[in-house]
Amino acid sequence: MKFTLAWLKEHLETGEPLDRLVDKLTMIGLEVERVDDRAKTLAPFTIARVISAEQHPNADRLRVCIVDTGTGDPVQVVCGAPNARAGMTGVFSPPGSFIPGKDLTLGVGKIRGVESRGMLVSEFELQISDDHEGIIDLPADAPVGANYAAWAGLDDPMIEINLTPNRPDCTGVSGVARDLAAARMGKLKTVPVAPVAGAFPCPVSVSLDFGSTPSLCPGFALRLVRGVKNGPSPDWLQRRLIAIGLRPINALVDITNYITYDRARPLHVFDAAKVTGDLVVRRGRIGETLVALDGKTYTLDDSMCVIADAHGVESLAGIMGGEASGCSAETTDVLIESALWDPMNIAQTGRKLGINSDARYRFERGVDPSFAIPGLELATRMVLDLGGGTPSSITAVGDFNPPQRVIEFPLREVERLGGLRVDPAEVGRILRDIGCSVAGNGPSLRVTVPSWRPDIEGKADLVEEVVRLVGVEQIQLAPFDRGDGPRKPVLTSIQRRTRRAKRALAARGLVEAVTWSFVSKPQAELFGGGKPDLALANPIASDLSDMRPSLIPGLVMAAQRNADRGFPDVALFEVGQIFQGDQPEQQLTAAAAVRRHRAKPTGGRHWSTGGHEVDVFDAKADALSLLAAAGAPVQSMQIVAGGPTWLHPGRSGTIQIGPQNVLGWFGQLHPKTLQVLGADGPLVAFEVFLERIPEPKARATRAKPQLELSPFQPVERDFAFVVPRTARASDIVRAAQGVDRKLITNINVFDVYEGPGIDPDKKSVAIAVTLQPREKTMTDEEIDAISAKIIAEVGKRAGAVLRG
Amino acid sequence: MPDIDALEQELNQAIAAAGDEAALEAVRVAALGRKGSVSELLKSLGAMTPDERRQHGPQINGLKDRITAALAARKTGLAEVALEARLNTETVDVTLPVPDLPTDSGRIHPISQVIDELTAIFADMGFAVAEGPDIETDDLNFTKLNFPEAHPARDMHDTFFFNPKPDGSRLLLRTHTSPVQVRTMQTQKPPIRVIIPGRTYRSDSDQTHTPMFHQVEGLVIDKSSHLGHLKWILAEFCKAFFEVDDVKMRFRPSFFPFTEPSLEVDIQCRRDKNEIRFGEGEDWLEILGCGMVHPNVLRNCGLDPDEYQGFAWGMGIDRIAMLKYGMPDLRAFFEADVRWLAHYGFRPLDFPTLAGGLSS
Repeated sequence: MKFTLAWLKEHLETGEPLDRLVDKLTMIGLEVERVDDRAKTLAPFTIARVISAEQHPNADRLRVCIVDTGTGDPVQVVCGAPNARAGMTGVFSPPGSFIPGKDLTLGVGKIRGVESRGMLVSEFELQISDDHEGIIDLPADAPVGANYAAWAGLDDPMIEINLTPNRPDCTGVSGVARDLAAARMGKLKTVPVAPVAGAFPCPVSVSLDFGSTPSLCPGFALRLVRGVKNGPSPDWLQRRLIAIGLRPINALVDITNYITYDRARPLHVFDAAKVTGDLVVRRGRIGETLVALDGKTYTLDDSMCVIADAHGVESLAGIMGGEASGCSAETTDVLIESALWDPMNIAQTGRKLGINSDARYRFERGVDPSFAIPGLELATRMVLDLGGGTPSSITAVGDFNPPQRVIEFPLREVERLGGLRVDPAEVGRILRDIGCSVAGNGPSLRVTVPSWRPDIEGKADLVEEVVRLVGVEQIQLAPFDRGDGPRKPVLTSIQRRTRRAKRALAARGLVEAVTWSFVSKPQAELFGGGKPDLALANPIASDLSDMRPSLIPGLVMAAQRNADRGFPDVALFEVGQIFQGDQPEQQLTAAAAVRRHRAKPTGGRHWSTGGHEVDVFDAKADALSLLAAAGAPVQSMQIVAGGPTWLHPGRSGTIQIGPQNVLGWFGQLHPKTLQVLGADGPLVAFEVFLERIPEPKARATRAKPQLELSPFQPVERDFAFVVPRTARASDIVRAAQGVDRKLITNINVFDVYEGPGIDPDKKSVAIAVTLQPREKTMTDEEIDAISAKIIAEVGKRAGAVLRG
Repeated sequence: MPDIDALEQELNQAIAAAGDEAALEAVRVAALGRKGSVSELLKSLGAMTPDERRQHGPQINGLKDRITAALAARKTGLAEVALEARLNTETVDVTLPVPDLPTDSGRIHPISQVIDELTAIFADMGFAVAEGPDIETDDLNFTKLNFPEAHPARDMHDTFFFNPKPDGSRLLLRTHTSPVQVRTMQTQKPPIRVIIPGRTYRSDSDQTHTPMFHQVEGLVIDKSSHLGHLKWILAEFCKAFFEVDDVKMRFRPSFFPFTEPSLEVDIQCRRDKNEIRFGEGEDWLEILGCGMVHPNVLRNCGLDPDEYQGFAWGMGIDRIAMLKYGMPDLRAFFEADVRWLAHYGFRPLDFPTLAGGLSS
């Protein structure tokens, strides 16, 4: 919403300076977005006459002008404008002035060897229009030496407010003035509208025809004015429209635009000569088209409301008129429409057709129904004043005065909700100033809400009115009592896991990424997603179309982007939501990481580590470290060979607690996965689902179990087994462990060997077994006996023989 | 009786000449071994007369002691030489760089860090953390929150939708974390004190908007909390979060469908190039929206607005992270550029606490 200071002062008697008014607007909820104070920005520019304009000696397109700036001392200016000529009157910019359209401060310069002491400027250079065809060409009688902005009436500051959608009343200058008056910034002085008597009945009738469907038009009023002389509107009106960024068209159209901004009352004018028969307000018919005033053709349907004559649709109700019946300079008989429309329907239609008009802006917020007829009277008055003619009486259908809302308002609500004590007299004063009628003087008021404030529905809204107009800054800070509840942890189990997961992974040298929750459909499908219920109907881009079933594709793509930037060793993780369906319980929290190239936890290429490439065991270590940190029961987890199809079948594993509860996967990415993702490896990854970690048993005490220390030294014995190549280390360890679960406290696989000395289909696996005696030192015989058992057991369960 | 002095001289020369422990040992054996020269002398004492023994005993024993001492001294000297020689071969290049610790190279994303900071601040004030799903119903994202059907307020939210179901309903990606307020009020009995961090989505993309971003909201419902408490909480929050002694705040009336009265909050700051300082300067910077929970929202959640009241606020996590830590561009948050993450991210052990300081 835009207006100028002078315009505002037509409705508000005030001595307040601009900056005070601007601050107050913001502080009562009409946030000022921009103030364009042209008296300031255009101060240096004066009216000047070109005495002579000669061809520049060194440039075909330039002229050397001698300019009379009114100081009695003509200056030489080099000018490149095609319209620069001797005798013309223009606008002069002296050296040292800031040219807003060029964003530069002018200096004295030489242009192709000729000195230039200033500039003749275009409207574009002053940012008063887009016209940069030539320099400003003023009438010959413009006073040389005078300030251009003041002479042209451009010195009226323009104020733009960022209007919230709840304030339809402030889509008009009069409403803004009313609010400022209520905030004690002056006195409201909007002139009441006097009715204009009709000289004859309106020859065009209006009917509402919605059949059995709900009416989209609560009221419609129309009047004809005959014998109007249309043409350009007067300067003051044109200037005002230009100041707020509107293009003057002709007096009749300008009047409707003016009243739209002045009183928040959109109107429409038809050229009566182009309207055939009577008007019908109805729903559009599917496939009907209208060429609107913006020159575009719109295809309508039966959700939209139109105004039609005998020929068909003439106007898109409350949004935009039709080109065919619009008013031109030749119009002599004009039909003025002032109507009420269903706000929801206007919003839907506007959105559907993509039309943002000043009328839509107001109707979808809700215009004042009681001002429909006065608005029509005001428009008639202006038409008569500017173009003459004879008005008909008004023909109207519908109801322009719906019942007004009455709110029972206990005064204590202001303190209860607002934390602010306000004198009851002041509450009454504020409510009256915004247009309410207020009855009662006890603890509760009966407040009748004015027709222009559809946003005031109940007590809380009245509290807001009082609080904002008294001033939010008046509310004193009140310490908030945290209560005497116990200081307990506030995070849920999954929240704790999530934050521990992040810290644990970062501690392994992984860097946390936050990637989009959506991926492309092929990516989603590759990871088991891509179902229709998780596809966006209106994705922002085709590669962000489906909710992600896994964090891996986003991380792989991110790793590849880094590689493409020249950083091949990337270790990224993310902990975030993944989607298995569209229901809340189908959203899981996953933790995942990828490591690329040499981004091992021990560091990249380094003299001390040899700089190996990442492998499946790095991903496994990441996953297990995360699970331990997140509180998973590490003892009961099993690692099973293989994983989902997007992992390398021979270099992947599944982490589970029994086959029913899969906690996650790790492995090297399948070459085909890399191909679909457009990434290259080596790349290893893991993904774990935090919700699937079993909840630990609640414990009554924080004390840890008693520590039992054996006084006897542990014994370590090494065993090297030769096993088939396909044998699993976990089977060997489990077999050895099973020999004596109490005595054997640790088994460490310390060597795996394939190669010379071992059959090609075999490998050697060496384990160190720690025996911890508790009652006495073990004898050699006892150690030998248990060793023999281990050899036998591993032999039986893992097909192992002791390496000779 | 050989010449003891000559023997001593000869042995001392041999000890001095021994170049290593083996040579020295040979000298020792030759002198003090079973058939050594000094041992032989000692043996000869047995065949002497008492007088001779009285005369030669001290001489011979003295010789033995001196030779033993000389051998020991020489041994120590040789050991030191040998150690020095060994150490000379054991030199390494200590200027070689050591590998980086994973805890030095790992990083926590600023969004996670800021969520941890927010949690620390609000947990201290008695707030729990509530969360909800990203995929929401129209009812919880809009209708229950008092957005009228087709009202322009819905236009302020560029919503991502899913395809309609057979029954005509369609799900959407939440445009704010406010549906979690509704879920909380529907399932918990007041008093309610929660903060709600989470991912939110709007189909918007430019330098300051990304289709996905993060919000945190706060919700207080009880029988007495009003705008004065809201102002206090937000002032406390701003001081704690921006880690300054004082923040000047400006509360402006505004509009949100789900609060009444509604306010927007600006904080005073000074902007120099890429740096923003709070608690000084003349600029106002909008950081959050807030207000008293709208009576219709309370009613929609089954609470009587004449009995219960409360307030809510909401702000962008990414935005306050940018303000505090000075990232210039929101889009970079989601690009996973390791250079950006290494620079703006946090070390895994930098855990924000109120006791130790949020960021120091």
